[in-house]
Amino acid sequence: MHFEYNIEGGDFTRAGYASSQVKKLLKKQGVEMSVIKRTVVAAYEAEVNVVAHAYGGVMYVDLDDRQMRIVLQDTGPGIEDIQQAMEEGYSTASDAVREMGFGAGMGLSNMKKNAHELNIESEVGKGTRVEIIMQIA
Amino acid sequence: MNDNDPIVLAMQVKEIVQALELKVYSGEEGLDREVSGAYVSDLLSDVMGHADTGQLWITLQTHKNVMAIASLKDLAAVILVAGHKPAENTVEQSNEEGIPILGTLLSNFEISGRLYELIKNR
Repeated sequence: MHFEYNIEGGDFTRAGYASSQVKKLLKKQGVEMSVIKRTVVAAYEAEVNVVAHAYGGVMYVDLDDRQMRIVLQDTGPGIEDIQQAMEEGYSTASDAVREMGFGAGMGLSNMKKNAHELNIESEVGKGTRVEIIMQIA
Repeated sequence: MNDNDPIVLAMQVKEIVQALELKVYSGEEGLDREVSGAYVSDLLSDVMGHADTGQLWITLQTHKNVMAIASLKDLAAVILVAGHKPAENTVEQSNEEGIPILGTLLSNFEISGRLYELIKNR
């Protein structure tokens, strides 16, 4: 099964929509709750990163009997130093975004802790591609 | 409750509303939800990473993303502290999801203390 969800950069009112669709999909498939919880955390953080940092992007979701693969491809500023971005507490979020309680520098570490596999590729000035792989059975 | 009582009774959101005199802003449909505990934080990724199903979320954040997280995490309800009021679209999503938004004039410290006293022996 393949699904695609558009993510608008800067539109926080819709942030979490794609992740809620992912959650519904996994529930419908009868996936174990502990795996659903981990997937939701990783997917939400990746989705919010697109909203907070990119101009826009797409969440691609591929699901088979064994795994769910979530790819977020955005157009945006990219990440200069991925290793630094992975450090807990490091964030480049704007003050406005921080005031909402985002941008605490915990997003990528939440993704790393919860994803079974996490791959990040980024090109400065172009965009970022995040791949989250979850074993669902 | 007797110390030897073997039955663990979960508390419902509405019992907590009553005991702590909380205001109910929205999501009345969810007042029967069972509460497993609570998490106190204003950082959304902290809640995303550390809160768990059935918990109350104590915060001063009032925007719509609070409900997105409450829903994704299957939280029991949200308690807004210090008289903070939910934004209009936050109320709308709370009603859609059936996850109540509650309010108190107390600080996060005070309401947490009272809530802890209330549920620690349950």
